[in-house]
Amino acid sequence: MGEVAGIGKLMRSEAGKGLTLISPTFVYALLLLAAPLAMILLLSFWTQEFLTIVRDFQLGNYQEALSDPIYTALMLRSLRISATVTLVTVVLAFPVAYYISFHVRHERKSLWLFLITIPFWTSYLIRVFLWRVILAYDGPVNSGLLALGVIDEPLGWILYNANSVVITLAHAYAPFAILPIFVVLEKIDRSLLEAARDLGESRAMAFLRVTLPLAMPGVLAAVLIVFIPTVGDYVTPQLVGGSGGLMIANNIHAQIFAFNNRPMGATLAVLAMLIVAMTLLWGISRLRFWLWLADRMGGGMRGGAIALGAAVAEIAAIRVAFSAAPGLVGPEAAIIGLLLIVSAGSALILTRVPKGRWGI
Amino acid sequence: MSQKTPIVTLTGVQKYYGDYHALRGITANIGQGEFFSLLGPSGCGKTTLLRSIAGFEDISSGQLLLDGRDMEGVPPNKRPTNMVFQSYAIFPHMNVAENVGFGLRRSNMSSEEKRRAVGEALEMVGLGKYGARAAHALSGGQRQRVALARALIMKPKVLLLDEPLSALDKKMREVMQVELIRLQREVGITFILVTHDQEEALVMSDRIAVMFEGEIAQLDDPETLYRRPKSRRVAEFIGMMNFLPAQVLPTGPGGGRVALDVAGLGHAELEAAQCPNGATIGAAEIGVRPESLTILYEGQSAEGGREAEGTVREVVYYGDMTYYDVLLDGAPSPVRVSMRNMPGRKVLDFGARARLAWDPRSMVMFC
Amino acid sequence: MKLNLLAVFAGVYLVVLYAPIVLLPLFAFNSGSVIAFPLRGFTTEWFGLLLDTPALHAATLNSLIIAISTAIFSTILGLFAARAATRYGFPGKGGIVGFIMLPLVLPEVIVAISLLIVLMQLGLNSGTWSIIAGHTLICTPFAIAILQGSFANMDRSLEEAAVDLGETPWSTFRLITLPLVAPGIVASLLICFIISLDEFIIAFFLSGNSPTLPVYLWSLLRFPAQLPMVMALGTILVLLSVLLLVLAETFRRRGLRRAGLKDTGGFL
Repeated sequence: MGEVAGIGKLMRSEAGKGLTLISPTFVYALLLLAAPLAMILLLSFWTQEFLTIVRDFQLGNYQEALSDPIYTALMLRSLRISATVTLVTVVLAFPVAYYISFHVRHERKSLWLFLITIPFWTSYLIRVFLWRVILAYDGPVNSGLLALGVIDEPLGWILYNANSVVITLAHAYAPFAILPIFVVLEKIDRSLLEAARDLGESRAMAFLRVTLPLAMPGVLAAVLIVFIPTVGDYVTPQLVGGSGGLMIANNIHAQIFAFNNRPMGATLAVLAMLIVAMTLLWGISRLRFWLWLADRMGGGMRGGAIALGAAVAEIAAIRVAFSAAPGLVGPEAAIIGLLLIVSAGSALILTRVPKGRWGI
Repeated sequence: MSQKTPIVTLTGVQKYYGDYHALRGITANIGQGEFFSLLGPSGCGKTTLLRSIAGFEDISSGQLLLDGRDMEGVPPNKRPTNMVFQSYAIFPHMNVAENVGFGLRRSNMSSEEKRRAVGEALEMVGLGKYGARAAHALSGGQRQRVALARALIMKPKVLLLDEPLSALDKKMREVMQVELIRLQREVGITFILVTHDQEEALVMSDRIAVMFEGEIAQLDDPETLYRRPKSRRVAEFIGMMNFLPAQVLPTGPGGGRVALDVAGLGHAELEAAQCPNGATIGAAEIGVRPESLTILYEGQSAEGGREAEGTVREVVYYGDMTYYDVLLDGAPSPVRVSMRNMPGRKVLDFGARARLAWDPRSMVMFC
Repeated sequence: MKLNLLAVFAGVYLVVLYAPIVLLPLFAFNSGSVIAFPLRGFTTEWFGLLLDTPALHAATLNSLIIAISTAIFSTILGLFAARAATRYGFPGKGGIVGFIMLPLVLPEVIVAISLLIVLMQLGLNSGTWSIIAGHTLICTPFAIAILQGSFANMDRSLEEAAVDLGETPWSTFRLITLPLVAPGIVASLLICFIISLDEFIIAFFLSGNSPTLPVYLWSLLRFPAQLPMVMALGTILVLLSVLLLVLAETFRRRGLRRAGLKDTGGFL
């Protein structure tokens, strides 16, 4: 009786009502997202033999995926393409977001945002396909350049390779990058910039010292929102990537439908998520560290140079470890070692180094 | 003050939000037809108490009676109370008349009766012709009036007002203060007002409960609250008060009177009523309002010879008044004195010497 | 000078953003059967061809069923979550809401493959209902984002006022909450409909024998002869999306106006 009354009271409390109300949606997400994700994680440790799945826990798929140059090249390429897309998208999006936030009249802003989001809502498939038309050997880009006399013969390198994948994806994800940056820019109190100018900064320095640091969280959100989904894109590489532009999602699809090797497909999916998570963890923690280092070393040119040196040194070390270590200690040990170094370093930085004025 | 029939009875009301103790044993009776204010700084629990009476918060322990009926487990829609919200909560998708008539939906009045009731309610708040006006086309003062009409049409036993004037500008606020007092007299319903503005509470209320940290620090009528605050904190919250260190002397005059030596002023004798916490021999503090100190000009002298001398440390000119901060000889910090400006009376300069007249009857003592 | 440069950049950006879409109608009405410049002449032949393709009609019907069901389910799930997230505080709120919103950033291929593998391991056939389930999962975060805006814009004391004036919690929801969030609900339905109608990866992985419109389109892309028809279909789809979007935006703004608020920006 007392227990029933207790539950009744809980249901009537704020927390109880909130939990009850959100439970249908949460349970749905658990059933259709958490459980399936757990399933592929489990499956990635099993193996496929002809038509049956061997349910023995082993690391064979991971060994194969990490030692076979086909897979490693594929993963590195996916990562490289996504990173490039993210860079291009965010760098191009920032000025547009800045323009809309700072220079467009208030009542026109939502029209601009609407115009920018419309292409995102139109058939992704057809948009990607149209890039194939645009970049084609006899497409508008080549024929335009030919007509203008800029080139003598059509450019072959703009279609069916990683470049075309980057162009197409950067186009597709443009609104995703603009919106978060715009939101953060809108929140910046305009009097802060006036104060910076009043205190003697030039317009450019006011931008560098006030606007940019305050906009950083939006830039970071834009990076996440572009980088994560693009790693797993299937349509673009398939349509405009040729054989040199294929990415990990294409191989996952092939593993399941063409080779009937579901465990390997699951393994690649797990690895794709792992790569995304590790890359972001590494990138964010190092960015914080380098900015912190630059400030600690006196800021300005000297601090910047020292931080840049540290960044170059670490990236070089990782490259060496990635290419040389597998030959020395074997692929699994190299990968596990690398994972440990990256995650432990990141954890150390994220717990010990405080969030700087860049808000990262 | 004679107690009217209680319509709201609070007995040991406690409210916890998790570990946070929002109401710490509130006990009070609020009378039929009374204009009652809950006054305190933000976070003191006054709004929580009001919302508990309305039924939007469950009290953790204690008892709440409305019109003699225990309100435990009674939802807001079944309580004989109605509320005027701080934001007014005017339904944006309805016009003025629909807003005012909202609560009549469940009554068994005919639609003709309902229309008449809405018309009367609007007339009462001076919005007779605004029935068809869209909600978003109303000014702040008009929203306030609609909210009042909407609540009063329900003929509640108690009308609850949650900081109803805080969203209005100063002029409008003064107009609505008078309007609320008029309305309350007219309908005779108990009003419970939550406010953080001591002036508003003093102007409007029959009685005021001053709350700090979930407790009622003092519950009195405005005059008692102003003249005889029970603690230094209440005194500081209501109006301006000077505090001076004092010594309670061992040889009292007897007859319930207390003898003191006040820094900067000298010997004083107080009635027991002026010492709300009693008096023990040793260090104490006296409080005196700025208007109870008077600057003596040349040729003037204090009745009974109660004079003190000091140096003017600050002069603040307000037009009708001038405030002086005077550091009395022998006092650790300056006292504020407010003087009405009159023709021919010269405003003292910074640094001038000043003589003050004082009266022990206007003092309170805190231990 | 700086301002002009920025404006020019933004203008060029917008032009490039729209470049592919602008090409669509050009090729859709082009009488040449090769998707390349120069254009030949004007024809509506390809649109006519759309009417004579039964497989396309089946795919369209399939897509409509999926999109309508998805819109309804996502909006209902979104209503629960958005209401809970804006109205109540509860332990683990950040984690729970964050997890529900996860499909927003998760690569769709991950959602698709994990659903497919579960279906395969359970020995179930994928099909229309499994696509609806998958689409509901990825559309719910969008519904929540839109509805959260509607709920957050609504002054909480409006509901309290209704209860205070004698209404029950349920009639309050019907008389006050629902009318005020209705524009948000309509916008959510429309947006989820558009997303589902356009979604390819999950449908591609799970469609089995009954393709959705995008999956059918995908199969057409392999045949150059079919491409003009794809262009015609694309034109219609783009027009439909823009129409629905304008509708959704109108409803969203009406909702803001009804709540007596100023417009603060677009979706998301």
